[in-house]
Amino acid sequence: METKNKIRVLIAKPGLDGHDKGAKIVALALRDAGMEVIYSGLHQTLDQIMQTATQEAVDVIGLSIMSGAHLPICEKLIAMMKAQEIDDIRLTVGGVIPYQDIPKLKEMGVAAVFPGGTSFEDITFGMNKLFE
Amino acid sequence: MGVAKYIKDERGAIKTVTYQSGINVKPVYGPEDLEKAGFKYEKDLGAPGEYPFTRSIHPQSYRSRAWTTRQYTGFGTPEETNERFKLMIANGQNGLNVAFDLPTQMGYDSDHPLAQGEVGRVGMAIDSLKDFETAFAGIPLDRIGSGLTINAVATIMMAMYQATAEKFGYSKDQISTTPQNDILKEMIGRGAWIFPVEHGVRLVGDSIEYAVKELPKSNPVSICGYHIRESGANPAQEIAYAFEIAKAYIDNVTQRGILPEEFVGRFSFNFNVYGNLWEQIAKFRAARKLWAKMLKNEYGVTDKKKLFLRGLFGGGGSGLTKEQPENNIMRGAYYALGAALSGAQTTALCSFDEAYTIPTPRSALLSLRTLEMLMDEVGLRDTVDPLAGSYFIETLTLEMEEKILEEMQEVQKMGGMTKCISEGVIQRKVSRQAYEYEKGLQSGEYRKVGLNPEASDQTAEKTEAGAVELHEYNEDWAKKSKANLKALRATRNDKDVSDSLKALEKAAKGSDNVMPHLVKCCHAYATVGEMAGVFRQAFGEWNEPEFY
Amino acid sequence: MIRLIEDNDPSAFELLKELYPHSGNGFTIGITGSPGVGKSTLIDALITEFRKLDLKVAVIAVDPSSPVSGGAILGDRLRMQRHAADAGVFIRSMASRGQKGGLSRATKDAAIVLDAMGYDIIIIETVGAGQAEFDIASIAHSTGIVSIPGTGDGIQAVKAGILEIGDIFIVNKCDKPDADAACHQLTMMLGMRNLSDTEWRPSVLKTIAQNGTGVDKLAQTFLSHFDFMKKNNLMDPKRKELEHIYFQSLLKDLTLEKILLFMEDSTDYRQALKKIESGSMDPITAAESMVNKILV
Repeated sequence: METKNKIRVLIAKPGLDGHDKGAKIVALALRDAGMEVIYSGLHQTLDQIMQTATQEAVDVIGLSIMSGAHLPICEKLIAMMKAQEIDDIRLTVGGVIPYQDIPKLKEMGVAAVFPGGTSFEDITFGMNKLFE
Repeated sequence: MGVAKYIKDERGAIKTVTYQSGINVKPVYGPEDLEKAGFKYEKDLGAPGEYPFTRSIHPQSYRSRAWTTRQYTGFGTPEETNERFKLMIANGQNGLNVAFDLPTQMGYDSDHPLAQGEVGRVGMAIDSLKDFETAFAGIPLDRIGSGLTINAVATIMMAMYQATAEKFGYSKDQISTTPQNDILKEMIGRGAWIFPVEHGVRLVGDSIEYAVKELPKSNPVSICGYHIRESGANPAQEIAYAFEIAKAYIDNVTQRGILPEEFVGRFSFNFNVYGNLWEQIAKFRAARKLWAKMLKNEYGVTDKKKLFLRGLFGGGGSGLTKEQPENNIMRGAYYALGAALSGAQTTALCSFDEAYTIPTPRSALLSLRTLEMLMDEVGLRDTVDPLAGSYFIETLTLEMEEKILEEMQEVQKMGGMTKCISEGVIQRKVSRQAYEYEKGLQSGEYRKVGLNPEASDQTAEKTEAGAVELHEYNEDWAKKSKANLKALRATRNDKDVSDSLKALEKAAKGSDNVMPHLVKCCHAYATVGEMAGVFRQAFGEWNEPEFY
Repeated sequence: MIRLIEDNDPSAFELLKELYPHSGNGFTIGITGSPGVGKSTLIDALITEFRKLDLKVAVIAVDPSSPVSGGAILGDRLRMQRHAADAGVFIRSMASRGQKGGLSRATKDAAIVLDAMGYDIIIIETVGAGQAEFDIASIAHSTGIVSIPGTGDGIQAVKAGILEIGDIFIVNKCDKPDADAACHQLTMMLGMRNLSDTEWRPSVLKTIAQNGTGVDKLAQTFLSHFDFMKKNNLMDPKRKELEHIYFQSLLKDLTLEKILLFMEDSTDYRQALKKIESGSMDPITAAESMVNKILV
């Protein structure tokens, strides 16, 4: 009765932006790569995302941000995780992310960044790599 | 969902061509194809400007007037927007196109927790009538019409526009406003929805009914196939779903005892232009014909003018790439060519760098020049519907018509658009298609010049394109808006506000048209958040269905 | 914790042993039905009703894993997401991970954990596809079977024997035509069962989950069932029954695990395989003799 270890991912859409095509197709791609994916739906507050991530015991939170607000959002979420002493959930971000912001995000504690246009292969590889 | 599927043999010769809409294209077309398809000029084309309008809704089209191009504005504060408006009008523009920030679009005031980081970012922040008064100060509202890119709270914005005009001494029958007001497409592909489906449709119905009776110069709905295509629908579905959405709205209004003839003439559309050139052209020609036929045969509309498919054919954002962005200049030109060959009355073009930045003045100018060139330099104004009579184009147009009708019938079989969206049927379909198409792009199944198979030397371009320039976010906008709200709350008459909101609540929970109540609320300086809050209370918020 | 159970981590059992004595106070409700009948929407509305009564609610939503990739999109939660910031609500999505019928012992284990954590109501959602209905009745105190008018689900229920295990039959999407006919059909078929006074009489309820119609009554009916069981001293026998089934499934799983481990290292096993492959022994005989060897 062996159950292999699956990677559980929460794909989340924080804030008011409604562009979810990217989030949805990445969710489908991750499923096809063997992961268990929970999709948060639109218009999520950070509280909702945090509670969902902890209850669902996910390994990764994949934020999808198309509005340009990735820096303040990631900063807040990382602070929330520290305050709740969560150290076993990794944060990744995708969407409209300028290359020049990637080092800033990594410094904050974001584990991986997948700007729009990253191939499904690269995203899957990147996600898996977080657990090596 | 743009590039056709090509299957080639070992020597690179093309064996089969299949369009995203599902149509197979032969190597050669001849008169026998038209015969086989039963093509008849009178029934299938008609003269330009005559039913069924396949060739054009105007007899002379570009010969009499070149196409109109639109420019989007609105960001930050109402004051800055007002300046921009005045500048554009001085430069000869005779219509305004207004963008709103996300909190406004979602019915939240600038001081709501969810508004953080978003006030004024993607458009103008509007919290109350005061902001509209600032934004439209000094604008001759009897001569200049305003397009409002607003959907979930379109009723509120329309009411506010009327209240503003009234404050400035205009009467409501003088003003012209065109809210986008297409909530069903938001639920499929743009995400700026609030209330459950039936309530969203009811609000659209209220606004149309009100416009018929009180705002004679306004166009209450602009149905956007555009965003549906952006989220994964193929060209045939883009038209089919747009038309089924139109029917959902029409049916809601006719149930109130208003005849279609009284309002369908004021519907307009917003369609996309990227992908295979011929498929787009056939799509638009078939769309014109089907819209006219549908209104005539299913809704008994007889006035010729009311059968026109009016709209903007343009954009093309989904077809552009981040890699090798200069390629997008050519892509834009080809998409615009398709729009011109389709007889688009109004158009707009995404700038070549739009995949990764806000259009710079230079790239915006290039788009404008692209459009000018087609009209003035290379001959797209020469004659109406130049491709008519082509064995290929006429056969393709007829096949496209069939495909569109098939897609429409599928929606009807499942109970209509409102039901399909409620249950997630359409969303599931387009998500899956978007996924499959993206896989095809990544695997090279669909050729995208500069993207595949040239994955190699991308580093140079990637860095340039990677240096994304985003909307500048200015903290001051939020500060200013919040301060204004505070001042507003201190000076307005609380009793007027609460009385008007109570009346609004009653109307919302009942079946009275909400519009007149909204106008009163606006005059009392109720905020957008308060008015939308009444709706949230009365209708609840939509629970998204699954998408996979 | 539930993660450890799900991943079959060895430390999971120790945790379960610790938690088990603290469980048994919560009321477990099973909700099953074909895809598309509105289970998630119904549960979302039920959560609202139970929260109004100040009850803490936990939900375990089971979705099938893809047989091809092994992955899954666990999407039931989407319909309940408005409760995502309510500290009195716990929603946990679980993939079936290859278990037929969707439910596995891991689901039961998770329910124990949530029960021990103090949730008053634990709702388990799964897709009813033959097997699942029986699995859910062996985990839940009260089982709700959801159907929609016009699909002939009522007749399917009779055929599959589901009628015997459902405690509350819910006809959802009652704004559709034939709603009354569907309810009537079900009521009639249920009426044909012979029940004593101390047996719960299954109810048929109409709901429109999307706007909450009828859901308050549904919540009350579940609570009434719970009360009924307590009053008629059915809680104890039911708990014993569930415990017995749980014990058996644990035995089966643990035994199977040991056997599989054994087989991996055993030469007997490899020899048997060779014999089967070469055709000198058939699989049936091989299995029989193998089992006898193990159990000696």
